[in-house]
Amino acid sequence: MDDLILNARQYGNLLEGTLVTIQVIVGSFALGTFMAVVMGVARLSDKKWIRQAALVYIEFARGISAIILLFWMAYALPILFGAPSMPPMLAGILALGLNMGAYGAEIVRGAIQAVPKGQTEATIALNMTDRQRLRHVVFPQAVPIILPPYGNLTIEVLKGTALVSLIALNDLARVAQVIRQNNVISDSPVPLAILYLNVLVIYLILAQVIAQLFKVAERRSARRFGST
Amino acid sequence: MKPDNKRTGASVAMRQVVKAFGENVVLNKLDLDVDPGEVVVIIGPSGSGKTTILRVIMTLERIDEGTIEIDGRHLYHEQKNGVLTPASEKHIRSVRSDISMVFQHFNLFPHMSARENVMLAPMKVKGMTEDEADVQAQELLNKVGLGDKLDHRPSELSGGQKQRVAIARSLAMEPKVMLFDEVTSALDPELVGEVLTVLRELAASGEMTMMMVTHEMGFASEMADRVLMFDRGQILEQGPPDKLFKDPDHERTKTFLRAVLSH
Amino acid sequence: MTRWDWDYAWEITPGLIQGMLTTILATLLGITVAVILGLFLAIGRRSDRKWISYPLAWIIEFIRSTPLLIQLFFLFYALPLITFIPEPIRFLSPLTALVVGLGVHYACYCSEAYRAGINSVDKGQWEASTSLNLKMTTTWRSVILPQAIPRALPPLGNYFVGMFKDAPQGSAITVAGVLFVARALQSADFRTVEPYTIAGILFLIVSIPAAIFVRSLERRTFYET
Repeated sequence: MDDLILNARQYGNLLEGTLVTIQVIVGSFALGTFMAVVMGVARLSDKKWIRQAALVYIEFARGISAIILLFWMAYALPILFGAPSMPPMLAGILALGLNMGAYGAEIVRGAIQAVPKGQTEATIALNMTDRQRLRHVVFPQAVPIILPPYGNLTIEVLKGTALVSLIALNDLARVAQVIRQNNVISDSPVPLAILYLNVLVIYLILAQVIAQLFKVAERRSARRFGST
Repeated sequence: MKPDNKRTGASVAMRQVVKAFGENVVLNKLDLDVDPGEVVVIIGPSGSGKTTILRVIMTLERIDEGTIEIDGRHLYHEQKNGVLTPASEKHIRSVRSDISMVFQHFNLFPHMSARENVMLAPMKVKGMTEDEADVQAQELLNKVGLGDKLDHRPSELSGGQKQRVAIARSLAMEPKVMLFDEVTSALDPELVGEVLTVLRELAASGEMTMMMVTHEMGFASEMADRVLMFDRGQILEQGPPDKLFKDPDHERTKTFLRAVLSH
Repeated sequence: MTRWDWDYAWEITPGLIQGMLTTILATLLGITVAVILGLFLAIGRRSDRKWISYPLAWIIEFIRSTPLLIQLFFLFYALPLITFIPEPIRFLSPLTALVVGLGVHYACYCSEAYRAGINSVDKGQWEASTSLNLKMTTTWRSVILPQAIPRALPPLGNYFVGMFKDAPQGSAITVAGVLFVARALQSADFRTVEPYTIAGILFLIVSIPAAIFVRSLERRTFYET
């Protein structure tokens, strides 16, 4: 089994890359969740133009591929704004976050619609505002419905973070590529299969961590609602 | 009652059959012999395991202990050098070709017409040509009074019609033993009659052994050769319908019959 | 410097369309691999033999939880160096590596869609098949799959669209798809706005109608019993 192990320096590099990957996933998750909630609610707005604007965003951000959006963000958008360049971390978080937000919005919308109508009617009877209704009545009930698919979506975004390596951000995937390129000049080249298997396992661990975090959240939200 | 002269079908012999689901022993060392061509009706309280008798004969549930013979051939065992050993799937399939079952919820293949439902097994299992299977399917569907519904999908048929297609589908395999598991229980009351009519004809023909679990006591007393009262994994008592329905030996049988007949 | 040059845009569009056709080709080949392999994975996962079903479940989980991009790197860079694998298998052309990568990755997703479809087939269908003494292969082919596959079609359609969006990752292993062409233009002409914008538009032109078509599949009704 020794053969499956890399040397300490290489693990150090992979760890640095992993930390960058974690930054990208946290940033993308934050932006994606913000967009998901805003656009998911907007899809159910009374005002037609708001609904349609949200729909345009969702169709656009889902229809375009995350990787194409990423390159466009990194290389085309700065030029359009007259800026020389955009930090790759920012471009990565924007592209992945906006992409995630579009998928997340559909999850949020579906969950809100799954909350029984009677709940809305009850808030009207209690003379609550729309905002109070969403915050205190609808969202708390929508969260248990949102969490399971949202966990899967987050793992998809984690997998997507590997794409930022292509715009020169030193994440886990790029560290692996750098080690591969250094093989050419190295005296003791790393067997690439072992390198990539190690990298895949690190992604697997990150994915399992995300899955476990969501399981904890699911359990907590289930407890809040008792057996229903 | 039916004429006794031309009885065919296969015998069924269950010896010390045990079947348990976890802690729950559903068949408790059950012994049961059914003669070729006999019509046996099994009654008993729900949860008593009477359906399980049919299901272990059909191999839908595997038995834990004991033996079952169909026409003198072991269903779950093979003789190897004089020793009884667990049977291979191939052996089970070969014995199972004598048995077929009709279900409470029909279990028709929803993606096939009535005709295709009846044609499938003869073609795939018996190697009939499509033409032969088609002719047979039409005959059988005519026999159950559905000659005009050949190309209807199950979703276009009433419950009673579905159940008659299911019976025709089983008949197409020319089984020697037919098992009927509460075949009228899922039907609206006005549709029960058409299914019972078909069953009556089958029973009267004496061409096969029939074992049925049913709550249709009228039908049981009219057509059954023997009625079994099944309770707690065992046969509590058995006998001709006249005896069992009118003068049962056990108090539990009386209580059960009173409860069933009063509603 | 003008930010958008129409002449330049027109000039590069044919090349980008050419790249797009390669991306579409990879997707079509990849989905073919995925739907076929995925079906076998789904059936294998239902096997009574634990030495088949357990490893399959684990492999599917592993492939689904890790980035396609790294899997492509593995196929393209690492596989050729594994000397005990016969040469025709380990030396994959870029397009073949992409098709295999997409196909295997999405086969794992497809197997879940099939599995859900298979599980949704009523237990009575298996029992009726037993009572008619059908062979296992006949039961699968004539009874179970004809009911399970239509139910799996909407998610399979979604994976088709999803695969199309992942196919440009082939540019990282030198498949000359739409993104590869755009990147080549960037390094040759030092222009980014037109190549990447046109690539994005081409993408939307294909993927939005495809997504709408898939959603119309979801609204179809299926057999009732």
